[in-house]
Amino acid sequence: MSHYTVAFAGNPNTGKSTLFNLLTGMRQHTGNWAGKTVITAEGEFSHNGHKYQAVDLPGTYSLYSNSADEEAARDYIIFEQPDVTLVVLDATSLERNLNLALQVLEITGRAVVCINLIDEARRLGIEINLKAISKRLGVPVVAISARNKIGISALLDQVERVATGAFTAKPLHITYNDEIEKGIAQLLPMVEQTIGSKYPARWIALRLLDGDDSLLTSLKGNIGRKTMSGTKEVISHGVTAYD
Amino acid sequence: MTGTSIPLSEAVNGSMLRISGIEVQGVLRRRLLDLGFVVGNVVEVLRRSPLGDPTAFRISNTTIALRREESSLIYGECIGGGDS
Repeated sequence: MSHYTVAFAGNPNTGKSTLFNLLTGMRQHTGNWAGKTVITAEGEFSHNGHKYQAVDLPGTYSLYSNSADEEAARDYIIFEQPDVTLVVLDATSLERNLNLALQVLEITGRAVVCINLIDEARRLGIEINLKAISKRLGVPVVAISARNKIGISALLDQVERVATGAFTAKPLHITYNDEIEKGIAQLLPMVEQTIGSKYPARWIALRLLDGDDSLLTSLKGNIGRKTMSGTKEVISHGVTAYD
Repeated sequence: MTGTSIPLSEAVNGSMLRISGIEVQGVLRRRLLDLGFVVGNVVEVLRRSPLGDPTAFRISNTTIALRREESSLIYGECIGGGDS
């Protein structure tokens, strides 16, 4: 039986933990206030004979190191490299929620975008063109209602496609203005040389341009760790060696 | 009524402004951008605290309160609402 890891990312109050609990059957208490889910909850679920280790990341608006929550979510996606990152969005507030989706897609194409609260959006008269969003983002997009258990199996089918590699994403590539792109081009060879091909070099170059000190600190810590133990496969089956 | 940018801290309750600039710097700038305070987005001034600070703003379908320190550094053009 194959075993995959799925990280759940999303803004606060998007029903991310509701979905997580629904899939894993865990009933841990999760609140909405800041800092409540800093410790990532883990659980398991299976679908079509595949087993998944689910990791509930802290709810964040961004991965740009404004807080401990965001650093935790960011570091997990970059350093633990889950097989699938499930980005849970609030259908009633897509504009802001897509901010996080874009940030995740800059790091990894192994993602599924899950638009939650779709029944709530319909009630408000919001129509969502899933096909168009999926086409623009370059990854599967599924609409669900975790609370009313709508669309869950369709979602898991897409998670499976990304996890098994049946689906190869062509995630949206954001081109920045000339000044930034020039900076990236200059930094990229150095970043690649320093950290190797394991991490998203373009994204790291971008963060360096932005002066993201906390990412640098995380990188230093994790690069040392990786060279010490080159056996990530073994770790991923146990309790995550994170924290 | 349009064309002139005022700081959000000066806008009257109930008014709608289209954000034209944000001069907050550093980590807080990033956070405000993430929350939807981006140029071109519309923000509504909901109400002020009894002592006048902070002020509640509605942006991207969510209510967010900002202190004068921040709201005085975000500029917008009034596009309606309010008593003015």
